[in-house]
Amino acid sequence: MCLAIPGRIVGLVPGETHLGTVEVAGVRRKVDLGLLLEEMPVVGDWVLIHVGFAMTKISEQDALEQMHLLQMLGETEQAMQEVRGYGFEETGEQSSGNPQPN
Amino acid sequence: MRSVLQLRTPQSGNGDQHQFGGLNGKPAVKTVAASVRFRDPQIEMAHGAGGKASRRLIEGLFAPLLFNNTAAPLGDAARVEIDGSAVAMTTDSFVVKPLKFPGGSIGELAVNGTMNDLAVSGARGQAMLVTFVLEEGLPTSVLSDEVHAMAAAAERAGVTIVGGDTKVVERGKADGMYITTTGIGKFMAHVVIDPQSVRPGDKIILSGPIGDHGITILLARGELDLEADLSSDTRCVLPLIETMAEEAAPGIRWMRDPTRGGVATSLNELARDCGLGIVLSEEDIPMRNEVRGACELLGLDALHVANEGQFLAVVAPEYTDAAVNALSQTAGGEDACVIGEVRNEPSCAVLVTTRYGGSRIVDMLVGDPLPRIC
Amino acid sequence: MRYVDEFRDPELIIKASEEIYRLADPDRHYRIMEVCGGHTHAIYRFGLKDILPSNIELIHGPGCPVCVLPMGRIDDGLTVATNFDVIFAAFGDMMRVPGTQGSPFEHKARGTDVRIVYSPADALQIARKNPEKHVMFFAIGFETTAPSTALTLMRAKSEGITNFSVFCNHVTIVPAIRAILDSPDMRLDAFIGPGHVSTVIGCRPYEWIARSEGKPVVTSGFEPLDLLQSLVMLLRQLRAGEARVENQYKRVVPWEGNRAALKAMAEIFQLRPYFEWRGLGFISQSALRIRDEYAEWDAEQRFPIPGTRVTDPKAAQCGEVLKGVLKPAQCKLFGKECTPEHPIGALMVSTEGSCAAYYNYEHRKAAMVTSISSVA
Repeated sequence: MCLAIPGRIVGLVPGETHLGTVEVAGVRRKVDLGLLLEEMPVVGDWVLIHVGFAMTKISEQDALEQMHLLQMLGETEQAMQEVRGYGFEETGEQSSGNPQPN
Repeated sequence: MRSVLQLRTPQSGNGDQHQFGGLNGKPAVKTVAASVRFRDPQIEMAHGAGGKASRRLIEGLFAPLLFNNTAAPLGDAARVEIDGSAVAMTTDSFVVKPLKFPGGSIGELAVNGTMNDLAVSGARGQAMLVTFVLEEGLPTSVLSDEVHAMAAAAERAGVTIVGGDTKVVERGKADGMYITTTGIGKFMAHVVIDPQSVRPGDKIILSGPIGDHGITILLARGELDLEADLSSDTRCVLPLIETMAEEAAPGIRWMRDPTRGGVATSLNELARDCGLGIVLSEEDIPMRNEVRGACELLGLDALHVANEGQFLAVVAPEYTDAAVNALSQTAGGEDACVIGEVRNEPSCAVLVTTRYGGSRIVDMLVGDPLPRIC
Repeated sequence: MRYVDEFRDPELIIKASEEIYRLADPDRHYRIMEVCGGHTHAIYRFGLKDILPSNIELIHGPGCPVCVLPMGRIDDGLTVATNFDVIFAAFGDMMRVPGTQGSPFEHKARGTDVRIVYSPADALQIARKNPEKHVMFFAIGFETTAPSTALTLMRAKSEGITNFSVFCNHVTIVPAIRAILDSPDMRLDAFIGPGHVSTVIGCRPYEWIARSEGKPVVTSGFEPLDLLQSLVMLLRQLRAGEARVENQYKRVVPWEGNRAALKAMAEIFQLRPYFEWRGLGFISQSALRIRDEYAEWDAEQRFPIPGTRVTDPKAAQCGEVLKGVLKPAQCKLFGKECTPEHPIGALMVSTEGSCAAYYNYEHRKAAMVTSISSVA
């Protein structure tokens, strides 16, 4: 379900609240940013677009971390241990702890 | 996009073969297909979209009742013999909204489309008839622009427009105008197009990037609120085909311009006609970034998107290099490349493979490509 | 394309596939459900089955909003549009989905004003441009799509656009997963969690699956490397005998979801006591309706809805396929009466449905493998 695609915000539409122009591989469309009120994106940010709405801001750092993990897949056993310590434990912790309001 | 009756070789089913004619003048064998099988209760847009529904209409209604041995239809043009000499003949109707779009307009499309249908049948268009269906109230300036565009396109393509017909219909009935062009052409020497001659190991050549026309029109309609610097690829491909034929004529087995239904539909038709499998290499299929972006955004497969200035050719392996070299040294053929090959399996189907060893079947288009959210 | 191409890198894909081969116990058969139809589509589109061990069986879950929509709802929406001369606006996905009186496209051919929209906001725009007509947006989708419908309704209200309404068919994913797990013939080892739904609801709603059902869940992205990495993470959990919720799709999915989106949904929608799912039957508290405060924009409150109920054709075994008891090709109707062009069962109606995905991308490939092996 739910086709969504990353795009970069290239402009905010003047006079319109929460409307930005997003570019996906040279294709531009006005996208509603109203679902990102808690952390309004700025020009240059990457967002995930679904049915003309920005759903979430894409985290460059998390993407880089993921690439790092992927590149280390299948390396030596030692490296794999490192991967586990570095990445997966962290998500595990997150699922158990890290309570946030709401 | 192009619409209405387009003559196609009736498909061979799983077993029984219905062949109505062939370019090489083989006697056409008319077998069981004389029965009318078209059962759809009404005509829908899908019947003109070049995919499965179009095929059902042509094979189930038009072919059994209209097509006979003397007017043997084949891929994109018919071979007509008059007193022992053969000419190629084709017709095509153009209904496109908007009439003008980046990179072209309906008039230019109407000339190029018919020239291309002849060209991929191995024929040089010589003369063309033009029929206009005009909507009451159409501004003369709009019509005049299209006539100018047609004249210019005809001159570029080297074809003479020898006559035509004009009808006017009531306001609200023709989206401004419809144009039908009928072309007649002379076959090139040593070029024989016949899906039955296709063999495993033959290469599939594509003349350039796919999807430009279909995506341009989709965007130009404005309904999706998308913008991109993209223009239609409409052009006459005859110069490219002639150059290729000069170097590789004996190796050319089959050609088609992948218009409605895109590359996937054309190649599926080939696969069914020759009973073999077409295996494409995904990363080798040229595509502009914007076309890819629009397809990812809208959930479309670019292989289903229409082209108006590209062609596919199946070429024997020993002629492939010569054909690609000839194309890539010709203006407008720089991106021509081999995108796949013919194999025994999967029979009657098109398989797309990836560099990491994955693969998927790509079927004919069902109806028009629709943007999807899931 | 940034954030797309790097996750389709062939060398990394091969590496990830090799890692999966290393992790999968050859003596064990793994049944892993990808809940989301988008994952099903991606698995077929990228041909991922070709690079996975044969003992990893991917079961296609209920996460295709088009597939699970009962035919009666389509009939109801189209009846309203036809009888009240209303513009019927819907996503392209809906256009070929058959009702008992035909699909939206077939109604269009008979004269109903049917429009394809890319966004609910575009449906509202049609209403702005056609003040003399009423526009009904036929809303489908899970929690990913529901917030955009909510925001569109809020805009309609604040602008005072009254010639616009929503026929709401939004559904929620967790009750469907629960229904599948409650099914007695269901045997699953782990879940690939729906990534895009999770941008809204976060990862917490899946914790009960790990805790009470003892099955690992990894919320996953949709590119080949996302799915393969998720399988690596699931296999590691299974190997270690663990059951946790993990977030593979961190670049996009916040653990807590999107509070603004949840707030917009809460303002506009409330849970229906129950809703019918095609192939699964009635599931309690599994769908959304529009709150009374927005009755003016609720097509179900504005127009008389026939309330059509259509029983699924007996011969179509969609429920069994949905639960992974049968594979698509094992259904009696598959590829014969039931094809993407003439779908009978729910799972054939959308390209994301497991039967349609299998039919489009796979089934002749399967025939190819059979014929090759029979030669050998």
